[in-house]
Amino acid sequence: MVDMTAGQSAAVPRQIRKPKSPIARFFGRRSTIAFLMALPLILLIGVLVIYPAFYSLHLATLNKRMTEFRGFDNFSFLLFKKDAFWTVVYSSCLFAVSAVIFKAFIGFVVAHFVHNIPAKGQRKWRGMLLIPWVIPPAMSTLAWLWLFDSSYGALNWTLAKIGIGPIPWIGEPGWARFSVILVNVWFGAPFFMIMYLASLKSVPDALYEAADIDGATWWQKIRYITLPMMRNIIAITTLFSLIVTFANFDIVRVLTQGGPLDQTHLFATWAFEIGIRSGDIPLGASVSLFMVPILAIAAVFILRDINKRGNEA
Amino acid sequence: MADVTLRKLVKMYDQVQAVKGIDLEIKDKEFVVLVGPSGCGKSTTLRMIAGLEEISGGQILIDDDVVNDVPPKDRDIAMVFQNYALYPHMTVHENMSFGLRLKKFPKAEIAKRVGEAARILDITELLERKPKALSGGQRQRVAMGRAIVRNPKVFLFDEPLSNLDAKLRVQMRIEIKKVHQTVRTTTVYVTHDQIEAMTLADRVVVMNGGVIEQVGTPQELYHNPRTRFVAAFIGSPSMNFVPCRLESHADQLAVRISNEIAFFMPEQKAARYKKLSGDGQLLLGLRPEHLTDMRQHMEPGCVPFDAQLEVTEPMGMETFVYFKMNGADMCGRVNPNAGALDGGPLKMAADLNNMHLIDAKTGLVL
Amino acid sequence: MAVSTTIDKVAPDKTPDKTGPRRPVVYRSLSSDRKWALRWSYFFLVLFCIFFLMPPVYMLITSLKTSAEISADPATTNPWWVYKPTLENYVELLTSSQFLTFFKNSIIVAVSTVIITMLIAIPAAFSLARMKFWGSTTLATGVFLTYLVPDTLLFIPLFKMLATLRDWTGIELFNRWYVLLVIYPTLTVPFCTWIMIGYFASIPKELDEAAIIDGATWWQTLTKIFIPVALPGLIAATIFAFTVSWAQFLYPLAFTTSNDQLVLPVGIISSLIKGDVFNWGQIMTGALLGAAPPLIIYAFLMDYYIAGLTAGATKG
Ligand SMILES: Nc1ncnc2c1ncn2[C@@H]1O[C@H](COP(=O)(O)OP(=O)(O)O)[C@@H](O)[C@H]1O
Ligand SMILES: [Mg+2]
Repeated sequence: MVDMTAGQSAAVPRQIRKPKSPIARFFGRRSTIAFLMALPLILLIGVLVIYPAFYSLHLATLNKRMTEFRGFDNFSFLLFKKDAFWTVVYSSCLFAVSAVIFKAFIGFVVAHFVHNIPAKGQRKWRGMLLIPWVIPPAMSTLAWLWLFDSSYGALNWTLAKIGIGPIPWIGEPGWARFSVILVNVWFGAPFFMIMYLASLKSVPDALYEAADIDGATWWQKIRYITLPMMRNIIAITTLFSLIVTFANFDIVRVLTQGGPLDQTHLFATWAFEIGIRSGDIPLGASVSLFMVPILAIAAVFILRDINKRGNEA
Repeated sequence: MADVTLRKLVKMYDQVQAVKGIDLEIKDKEFVVLVGPSGCGKSTTLRMIAGLEEISGGQILIDDDVVNDVPPKDRDIAMVFQNYALYPHMTVHENMSFGLRLKKFPKAEIAKRVGEAARILDITELLERKPKALSGGQRQRVAMGRAIVRNPKVFLFDEPLSNLDAKLRVQMRIEIKKVHQTVRTTTVYVTHDQIEAMTLADRVVVMNGGVIEQVGTPQELYHNPRTRFVAAFIGSPSMNFVPCRLESHADQLAVRISNEIAFFMPEQKAARYKKLSGDGQLLLGLRPEHLTDMRQHMEPGCVPFDAQLEVTEPMGMETFVYFKMNGADMCGRVNPNAGALDGGPLKMAADLNNMHLIDAKTGLVL
Repeated sequence: MAVSTTIDKVAPDKTPDKTGPRRPVVYRSLSSDRKWALRWSYFFLVLFCIFFLMPPVYMLITSLKTSAEISADPATTNPWWVYKPTLENYVELLTSSQFLTFFKNSIIVAVSTVIITMLIAIPAAFSLARMKFWGSTTLATGVFLTYLVPDTLLFIPLFKMLATLRDWTGIELFNRWYVLLVIYPTLTVPFCTWIMIGYFASIPKELDEAAIIDGATWWQTLTKIFIPVALPGLIAATIFAFTVSWAQFLYPLAFTTSNDQLVLPVGIISSLIKGDVFNWGQIMTGALLGAAPPLIIYAFLMDYYIAGLTAGATKG
């Protein structure tokens, strides 16, 4: 070391370092550096997420031309004067709840099938089954649109072969709702499958062996071992999917554009219709804000579950 | 090569004092072991010397320089961690040379030092391997190699052998001692294992609850512990303690354990303890090897007594016997041929030449 | 599952009833049960695969058809079959400057977003996982919550913010692809930071202490130790950022309109669908080409892709 030469003569202990200037000390502090490294993230979140979220609240209180403050007029207009709003609430909730239930169920079942087969084949099947999740939803929905085509579509052709149909997949409100849910389930079930499969793999085999010795049936094994062990991951995945599904835009936008007769609009697509295409930004903002309560509830529960996972580890 | 001095060293975590003002002088080339139960502040002390923890109070000096505010890299120390902390993405060679490369040492010098360290540790064939491909013992050697190539003033070891199995631990212990004899670098070594401490150290520092209980050579600690804690901590099986009183009988002094049991002390002990003969609460401390079977020719100072054995543990070379003395659990070490049986009686002898008396209140050895 | 196969071999169905009166059938059915479970598993896996792969396969089939074949009478032709395979659609799209512009825009936007995301996420994750400062724990939770805020909640206020900013500065911000570079990181940075925090936090603390003692600065610790050790996580995060930016549909739909500024998903939908005329051959070809980059990445880096997917709930 540089400073060591004078070492022997120094009877009195001395500091090696000269005291630094306050500014140098501020920038040299570990916590200061840490803060500076996180600053871009903080700015990004602050300026482009938190600020717009609150700005949206402000926008929702203005009149259409954004010149006057109107308080809660937009909200009360939606709630009490606009019938279409309740249709959107209904179809959004129907869409989100039924899609999530089916995704969770199909994901669970498929994960079990994949888990059942010999380990060396699992990778291949898992790889194929996840493909819907990989394709950009706007692109895959186009394929569904073409599959659903009433005169040349392959689905009706196939169903005709077994004597069913023709089905007005996106031409009739009830079927259109079904189709939108179907596409979302198709897109999202693989995600559940992957999450469940990962969590199935983390259940120690010894538990199943112990259950075998105790004479448990396959259903008892699922009920008393698999489900409890997977409970947390099921909860997190479901809540997460609830948020994403509830806020979905791409599928309805491409498949039905809200039609027929605005019966398949979700909050997101309707807000886009009103806020961007019809240019009523305050009303559009109000519509999208109606998503917040449900999203917030789901987020709170996710956070709780994630923290629980942290504590378990 | 360097001395290390700790002066009134204090470490606070929030409101809790983990290290409560310790003083220690470590001489050049010395191998000092900090030993103590888990949570007593050994690692914290070591990490303060390394510069990994901020010092809350007091001073650390390396070679007469206060290093309190010197960052670790400028303290010229090297550290070996319990989990080895090898960089998983680097080969053994890269692991060992990382510090030198950061300091921009010339290539030839790096190669020379790594080669030399690898030779000392016998890991020359492993240089191109990744840590994943090494066994525990080999990883441990690499971790030491990484310290050696730096040629630092001080080596710091934090429980380096705890992750190894028992057999390998003994082997690596000897290895560490050999390395120290070769490189003669001042070493501070932390362990909770008193055997490791005894076998490795020039001097052992026994810590408990953030303070130093005693500093001394292994022999000093074993034969002259200063506190009950040290007496109990050093040695395995641990020292026996049984409450007792002192009684004067004419010119003789006796330790009375119960109404039935009392031992007369040999003269030199009696002289030492004479002035204590009051009614203070005392503990008699005797190591298992000083509770033996009755022999034909006993030394003076050995007092016979009868023990009702509970359990015996034949170890081959010797047999440990467990029995109760006035309610206290005792362990003795007897000859395998002494006829000790589980649940059987045994004629035993207490070697009072090696007795300790401890003040039960203060825990100090008198 | 190795267990079941050995049992199959060792204990065929004819195991005699030696187990006493209580559970006489259990042993006999064990192996055949498993065999049937396996058969049913394969059967259903095939069914689900057909369901899951139908749209992309149909894209491919359609993309190889001529427009005449696509609009042929469904009574006489099978839509699942290509009678006259042709690469016409591919040639047409890949030589159309418009489509190539979409593709180029998408590539630039996605790659730049990945770079920006990493530049923000890695230092932030390092500082949140290791360095701790006032409020850093809150910030880590905040990062996760931000990840849960959907784009559909923000596009209207962002739209208005862009408008306001344009009016202030006089710089045109609508209908410019580079605006997406500012917006997209809101989708990618929180998740990437979150999973990088998880990966960084799983690196033993002694490793950076060893680096500090070896004389590494915090920057060298990050670049020479943390990034290489957490490389799998970094790859997973990169894949995530790329696929999310590539697939993003709402923001470009809201903020860009003219053909030279569009990214691929929006471009295909707004330029290939003209009124009620659907040129399905070209649409499917475009959709397939639009799906190709994520699919190719997925094919080669599947394990990283899946690790990133599951990391959100299991790490951090
Ligand atoms: N980062 C920390 N924060 C709070 N307390 C700590 C921290 N590290 C250690 N301690 C406390 O300090 C005491 C000493 O710890 P340590 O030096 O690690 O003990 P050991 O002797 O086992 O190495 C322990 O009681 C421990 O709980
Ligand atoms: Mg420790």
